[in-house]
Amino acid sequence: MNYWAIFKKGIFDQNPIFRLALSLCPALAVTSNVFNALGMGLAVMFVITANNVVVSIVRRWVNQKVRVPVFITIIATIVTLTQLMLEAFLPALYKELGIYLALIVVFAIILARAEVFAMKNGIVPSFFDGLGMGTGFALAMLLVGTIREVFGTGAFLGFPVLPASYNGPLILILAPGAFMVIGLLIGLFNVIGEYRSKLAAQRGEA
Amino acid sequence: MEYFTLFMGAVIVNNFVLTRFLGLCIFFGVSKSLDASIGMGMAVASILTASSALAWAAYNFVLVPLELKFLTLPVFVILIAGFVQFLEIVIKRFAPALYNMWGIYLVLIATNCVVLGVPLINVESNFTFIKSVVNALGSGVGFALAIILMASLREKLQYADVPKSLQGLGIAFVIAGMLALSFLGFSGMIPM
Repeated sequence: MNYWAIFKKGIFDQNPIFRLALSLCPALAVTSNVFNALGMGLAVMFVITANNVVVSIVRRWVNQKVRVPVFITIIATIVTLTQLMLEAFLPALYKELGIYLALIVVFAIILARAEVFAMKNGIVPSFFDGLGMGTGFALAMLLVGTIREVFGTGAFLGFPVLPASYNGPLILILAPGAFMVIGLLIGLFNVIGEYRSKLAAQRGEA
Repeated sequence: MEYFTLFMGAVIVNNFVLTRFLGLCIFFGVSKSLDASIGMGMAVASILTASSALAWAAYNFVLVPLELKFLTLPVFVILIAGFVQFLEIVIKRFAPALYNMWGIYLVLIATNCVVLGVPLINVESNFTFIKSVVNALGSGVGFALAIILMASLREKLQYADVPKSLQGLGIAFVIAGMLALSFLGFSGMIPM
């Protein structure tokens, strides 16, 4: 299988947040502004890629029966490393992400990729699979963060982009807004997905 | 009184699902049916309380004296997952009826954000043992409340005419948003 196809599927067709609906907690919790959303997205991208690589290296020596505890231990180790690194180099981001950074450990998407893909494939495909899924996740976080920050406060990354007279609905940066924005985006992705499969079907007939 | 405030705060004002977004996978996955939601709510509340107590003990009696604080995360994950597995085996052996009712939920919560998140928050806030347990129980009851409310709403939804693209998860999120909006009305009642 070519690497581009492996990489690409995580971005739209199997987007972790909008299509698979996995790992939703952070997508809602830290997307009230773009900076946090992107930071979280990149942290997850790192963890999922590193975990895929490590799992594909050790998979030969892991007994089927104990694979889940082994995976979880690997993930917890990588997340702890990420935490320590962020605390040392980006303390502001570390403080903002708080508990949600630690909770990367229990993300269904990371365990799922280890189980579904890295356990059965070599190091290089696993790397691209993790990178693709991570990119899809980070892009989704960026999208939600952008919508909430731009329309909620009229700024992007803290710089005002909408006229000062724009008085955004505060609800977008509060908890209920997070649920609604994601709900509507899931709907939008369903519409796009349907349209794309219709196009593909037409092309198949022609 | 202090404990009562903490408990009510965890149940309503700082409801974990609707204001802090923990445990969403289960919240959206299980809330399709009311019966399952009640079972899940109970299971989460009891596991959460027990694993918080366990995690508190491990942190204060093992990790802090040995200066191994940086291992908190892996230790908690393994401890909680192990505890849930152990509980599953015990219940299966001694109370098969209970196992048939709740067993499936136990497996699902072994690695769940709420079950890991609350012990971590307890430890970070330097709570005493009793405070940790009260906070965990409150969070668990809050989770049960949210999921049961959500399941009742979703059962009503079956008679509604929802646009095709929003059916399923999309509309569930929008409804959860409304539910969160109503819980927002409680904010500030109990300062945390």
